[in-house]
Amino acid sequence: MLDHELINRTLSTAMRTGGEFAEVFVEDKRSSSAVLDDGRVEELTSGRDRGAGIRVVVGDTTGFAHTADLSEAGLSAAAEAAAAAARGGGGGAKVVAVSPIDVERSVPVRIPPEGVAKATKVGLLTLANEAARAQGSAISQVSARYGDSRRRILVANSDGVLAEDDQVRTLFSVSCVASGDTGLQTGRESTGRTVGFELFDEADVEEMGRRAAERAITKLSARPAPSGAVPVVVGPGGGGVLFHEACGHGLEADLVGKGASVFANRVGEQVASPLVTLIDDGTMAGEWGYFAIDDEGRPAGHNVLIQDGVLTDYMWDQLRARKEGRLSSGNGRRQSYQHLPMVRMTNTYITAGHDDPEAIIADTDSGVYVAQLGGGQVNTATGDFVFGMTEAYLIENGEITDPIREGNLIGNGPEVLTRIDRLGHDFAMGSPGTCGKDGQGVPVGDGTPTLRVTSLTVGGTAA
Amino acid sequence: MGEIPESRRLARALVGRAEAGEQVEVCAGSSVRTEIRVYDGEVESLTVAESRGVGVRVIRDGREGLAHAGSWDPDVIDTLLAEARDNMSFAEPDDRVGLAEPDGVDAADIDPWDDRIEATSVDDKVAIAVALEAATRGADPRVRGVRTSMYADSRGESAIVSTAGIDGWDRGASASIGTQPLIDDPDGSTRTGYAGDAAAAPQLLDIEEVARLAVERGVRLLGAGPPTTGRPLVVLEPRFTATILGIVAGMLSGELVVKGRTPFGDRVGEAIATEALTMFDDPTDPDSLSASAFDGEGLACRRVPLISEGVLQGFLHDARSARGLGVSSTGSALRSVRGTPSPGHRSLSVGPGEGDLDAFIALIDDGLLIASLQGLHSGVNAVSGDFSVGVEGVVIRNGELAEPIREGTLAGAIPRMLLDVARVGADLERQPGGTLVPSLVLDGLTLGGGSGA
Repeated sequence: MLDHELINRTLSTAMRTGGEFAEVFVEDKRSSSAVLDDGRVEELTSGRDRGAGIRVVVGDTTGFAHTADLSEAGLSAAAEAAAAAARGGGGGAKVVAVSPIDVERSVPVRIPPEGVAKATKVGLLTLANEAARAQGSAISQVSARYGDSRRRILVANSDGVLAEDDQVRTLFSVSCVASGDTGLQTGRESTGRTVGFELFDEADVEEMGRRAAERAITKLSARPAPSGAVPVVVGPGGGGVLFHEACGHGLEADLVGKGASVFANRVGEQVASPLVTLIDDGTMAGEWGYFAIDDEGRPAGHNVLIQDGVLTDYMWDQLRARKEGRLSSGNGRRQSYQHLPMVRMTNTYITAGHDDPEAIIADTDSGVYVAQLGGGQVNTATGDFVFGMTEAYLIENGEITDPIREGNLIGNGPEVLTRIDRLGHDFAMGSPGTCGKDGQGVPVGDGTPTLRVTSLTVGGTAA
Repeated sequence: MGEIPESRRLARALVGRAEAGEQVEVCAGSSVRTEIRVYDGEVESLTVAESRGVGVRVIRDGREGLAHAGSWDPDVIDTLLAEARDNMSFAEPDDRVGLAEPDGVDAADIDPWDDRIEATSVDDKVAIAVALEAATRGADPRVRGVRTSMYADSRGESAIVSTAGIDGWDRGASASIGTQPLIDDPDGSTRTGYAGDAAAAPQLLDIEEVARLAVERGVRLLGAGPPTTGRPLVVLEPRFTATILGIVAGMLSGELVVKGRTPFGDRVGEAIATEALTMFDDPTDPDSLSASAFDGEGLACRRVPLISEGVLQGFLHDARSARGLGVSSTGSALRSVRGTPSPGHRSLSVGPGEGDLDAFIALIDDGLLIASLQGLHSGVNAVSGDFSVGVEGVVIRNGELAEPIREGTLAGAIPRMLLDVARVGADLERQPGGTLVPSLVLDGLTLGGGSGA
């Protein structure tokens, strides 16, 4: 993407005023998307974003500048701005020479989306729309979205690292509105993988349309959700958001280092039910949070965070790892070249247990079954988190009965982790997500088997 | 402002390349951003950067195509029109698609610009963030740290030019600060608070007040436990009124009406809220940081009545949603260079009612003063109107603030909630983003809790 000599000169400029560490991150991202809404294909959009972010570290201070100008002059100006921002003390000049590290992409993209005719992409939207509308006249509105992106990155730093990656992601979603005597309800289905157009070899967009429509129609007859603490069973693939919020963010080394996590200073302690083994794994080929190298040039890692309930490690980026004299765990990510990297999750999941999922439900006298979760949010310092349920049912006498209206669940991470008393032998990855932190969004995946939490507060309106 | 800005020249040049029978609109903008994060008395990160963007919309025979780029490099710009045209050829025709036509409404004389943002040195900006952290730490002995103390500013300009005769240029600048203290709770846990401020210039930011508020908001939650499930009267300070009414205004988008995605679609002229509630969007209010001369399609921004004495007046429209309902655009198009315009509010205002926060608390036997709302993005369904959010707060008992609570949920339906607004205050307070709203009291919502049982 950039000439190696130019990279060396840029890094040398960045280090000239005494920086301890300098990095050039180059990104060239192309994206395309199309939306079908209200029966029409519209909003076909193409985007191109290209530029470099340069950071210089001096002591505890990081200086950062970015530029869309990839010429020698543009890069040099950004390098000087970053160095000035870091306030280098005028130390001796350092000559930087980078050498490529070999990172093999484990999943070659079979069908690059840029080579697929737009008519074919648009055709998927029409198929999903028709399938959704065929579910009945209650479906009053359907919106379907196709999106793909190709993100080429290059990372070079003053430690001599030079690495490149080529990340292709493809996404498809359908949202339906059903209308009835009880008002309007919504249903959504989405799939996204770090693959090319071959996504649609496995993803059946018509089936997605039907499922989204069914969700919306089902909710028309939904009862108010209970209000207060009840046992909650979360279906396979649905619970990832729960762990993402309940403990994932709290295990990010930047928050831990600032004392802004309830999991600080707890490595080696039992922090969760012995059933829980939590892994963050950027190497999961094709998953939404997959990559070959992170945005700091480190290969993706398979990191065990909680083993049988015991906290084993946090997630690390370069900055925090350097301080501790250890290696980054491959969790340094950023939204774009315009952002500084920080510790982020990749694909976060709970390994399967041994219980029969049916039995978990049958053994629950009364409670809530959550089939699909929405987004969530956590205050890592207090551990309090919420997450939304977008498809949920009552459990009465050990059986799943009526659908309930959507809403949030609330809990405290360290408490909820100890309250997981059943884990199914089924396992599924959930829907593709975008994780937000300090204003930056990155693609993340998650997965869980069916699981039960003995008590969680459901935010419904029924007393 | 004598010279023509590069964004405007670039936009005019691209529009000049429109072919016969083709509508072209170009939106181009640039911004310069400074962001300083301080931790433990030291600069943790300092970002100084300039960004540029350009978005092109091409329309022919009711078909629309878009392309955007984060660069003004000629090799990138040159491909945009061709890409947008290619995209257009795969879109289906829609009568509603078309550019905004100049409507003769004069733009308000608004230029939200203050030279002091550019003139203030980076050292002085660093000093603000450092002082904010120190003030936060010093506000109470129980503050054990500050997660982030931040100063940020940006100044930006953008041009919008189209073959329909639109040719607008606008600029804006603002500076903001925010701090999040970590406070030791005697029970061994941690509580957090947050406060922020925004202003047209760094010198106008109130560092001491932000630090004091952030710490006070955390301290008053010390010792909080889960609430008891019930239906207390819910008291909102103006900052939470802004959040809740922002959600309501989001449901009054004309585009949602056209597409049948809002419960208020067929309710114009009907009482949808308590008579005490009057709400409008006023981006022409010069005191609002969100004030703007032009909307995202280049029409003049204007005051748009939404709810008057409880009665729904109408919706927020851009050119497209207006065409769908056979009305005129309200100059409410929001847009970034990356996508199509869509209608939305910029600077909400509520007409003054009676009373203020303290008076409301004094009147309530069983209530909850909200201290934080969590999970708004996952807990509010603007289509169905259902909402369910996580809350922290302070119980109100017999007219007095009593014990704090956390890990509660608050749920209801927005259409019902608007009718059940029990009080609208006269204590209008300008929010950092520009919104001007009072305290509210809400009835009929369910507070859930008890997971600590």
